[in-house]
Amino acid sequence: MRTRIVFATVLAVAAFAPLYLPPYELSLLARFLAFAVLALGISLIWGTGGILSLGQGVFFGLGGYAIAMHLKLAGADAGGLPDFMQWSGLDTLPWWWAPFRSPAVALAAVVLVPGAVAAALSYLVFRRRVTGSYFAIITQALTLAAATFIISQQQFTGGFNGLTGFTSAFGFLLADSRTQVGLYWITLAVLALAFVATRTLQTSAFGKVLLAIRDGENRVRFLGYDPLPFKVIAFVFAGVLAGISGALVTLDLGVISPAMFGVVPSIEMVIWVAIGGRRSLVGAIVGTLVVNFGKDFVSSAFPELWLYVVGAVFVLVVTIAPQGLVGLVTLRRRLPRAGVRTAAALE
Amino acid sequence: MSELTLVAGQLFNGISVASILLLVAIGLALSFGLMRVINMAHGEMLMMGGYLTYVSVSIFGKGAGFAIGLVVAFVGTALFGALLEVTLIRRLYGRPLDTLLATWGVSLILQQAARSIFGPVGVEVTAPAWLAGTLSLGGSALTGLSFPAVRLFIIVLAAAVLGGVGFTIARTRLGLLVRAVHENRPIAEALGTNTRLVDLAVFSLGTGIAGVAGSALALIAPVTPTVGQSYIVYAFLVVIVGGLGSLTGTLAAAVAIGVFSAAAQVFTSTSFADVLLLLCVIAFMQFRPRGIIAQRSRALDEG
Repeated sequence: MRTRIVFATVLAVAAFAPLYLPPYELSLLARFLAFAVLALGISLIWGTGGILSLGQGVFFGLGGYAIAMHLKLAGADAGGLPDFMQWSGLDTLPWWWAPFRSPAVALAAVVLVPGAVAAALSYLVFRRRVTGSYFAIITQALTLAAATFIISQQQFTGGFNGLTGFTSAFGFLLADSRTQVGLYWITLAVLALAFVATRTLQTSAFGKVLLAIRDGENRVRFLGYDPLPFKVIAFVFAGVLAGISGALVTLDLGVISPAMFGVVPSIEMVIWVAIGGRRSLVGAIVGTLVVNFGKDFVSSAFPELWLYVVGAVFVLVVTIAPQGLVGLVTLRRRLPRAGVRTAAALE
Repeated sequence: MSELTLVAGQLFNGISVASILLLVAIGLALSFGLMRVINMAHGEMLMMGGYLTYVSVSIFGKGAGFAIGLVVAFVGTALFGALLEVTLIRRLYGRPLDTLLATWGVSLILQQAARSIFGPVGVEVTAPAWLAGTLSLGGSALTGLSFPAVRLFIIVLAAAVLGGVGFTIARTRLGLLVRAVHENRPIAEALGTNTRLVDLAVFSLGTGIAGVAGSALALIAPVTPTVGQSYIVYAFLVVIVGGLGSLTGTLAAAVAIGVFSAAAQVFTSTSFADVLLLLCVIAFMQFRPRGIIAQRSRALDEG
């Protein structure tokens, strides 16, 4: 009951943010809340499932490109080509662009394309019991390949600059401040839904098996469960969340480009969750907000320092506080009552 | 140019790429195989080796400077590796994914440090006179082909390093201890092996070799703060495809990936070759998930 009241209060305070936050801060908050949707997925697969993916950026990018392709086509003249295609000398629209004229197809693609890629990848890799570090490295290679590929196919993807220059989305002018407020509310609602969904999944029997797989995959096998579907479903769920997050960020920012989802941003996404606390969904959201607001502050005030700060914080969090900010808070709360440092509190 | 010379030239390119990948991957294979440590800062050891070579070339001139630089790069990065192992890696023992994240933090700091010291633009190391020429084969089926001496040197260097490491592991007392710890850490420990010292030696040997790789790489490409990033992902793929902790596997995988990339670039673009490479690695893992040379182990869960 208490958690529900806290949840409702936080949601209400956040919902009224357009009333008390200036437009720039509101747009930052909207973007970071959209990032948090992705972070929830990382928390589920990594914190609960023990699957470290350094490739969440790929799914983020797929969601972002799906929506951006629609916005690009909607912005072009009827039957015309998006501007960057004309510049690269194309005169017909590639066939795989055409369906994105329909908003319904684009919105479905935001969910289905990242989901399908995540399903194929995770099925193929987990099927052969490739786990842990191996999986992390494969996902990183996937990110590198995806970013290089998109940069190289400039005439179809906008290359390094990505897709940008949208004026309106689904009939609403993006520059309009009311649209921005609307986008913020949509983002907040999506995040709240994603939180409830992830939490339901995490606390269900499914989540228990996932947790058991993290702690001893072979033991789970000996108990008669096949870990494969559990891992694939969790990974697809996280991929879909990343896709939705990418679409929301693309709308908020008005651009999607390879620089937003390459190898470095993909690791940064893991950093958000690590700093917040990998085992806690609240930690994932808090970590995303803290790191991103911190980044915005440090990199505008002392641009040289940002990499030093994030590098040092990262090393410290991993070595000293593996459970992140949330871990620090709960540890302090538990210690005096327990009297001794119990294994559970230290873990 | 005939078909044959084209194929031979591309094969040479492939082996040249493979020799660099091998130099980078040996160190990773050592620390990954023995300690289950994923050192994301390994690429930055490469970068550090490159900058150390640059510094010694600017101090001692380009003739002797490079030879000195090679030694300085090895010793300097090995010492840094030892420092890293003692201060950080040791605390994360048994948490492979956390070593990955923590060393990534280290790599960010090192990149920014390089940017602050040497600037964001790359620095060039000119090859010494004895490496400046090319070797061409006249009067045979391969007329018209020429092999740059620098690339030949790197191939020889990689072979020498591989031979040296192989010899150390197979024939020396340190190698014996390394094999013992690799095979069964608790038993080796129980028999009185100082496993921490073995870990330290292996880890710093690995980073030292990365420094040598950086030194060699400086001959063919400018040294930039992010040079390590462009090699690390491929080097990890080499280690995965080769199989954990097997030098023979690492060698085979480096040659396979190097030649594959060079061959793929003949038919498609560089970026498409990357995508193809990844697809092939995933396909390969469908039938050999533990790499070319799989370790046999009776342990239940491995990292």
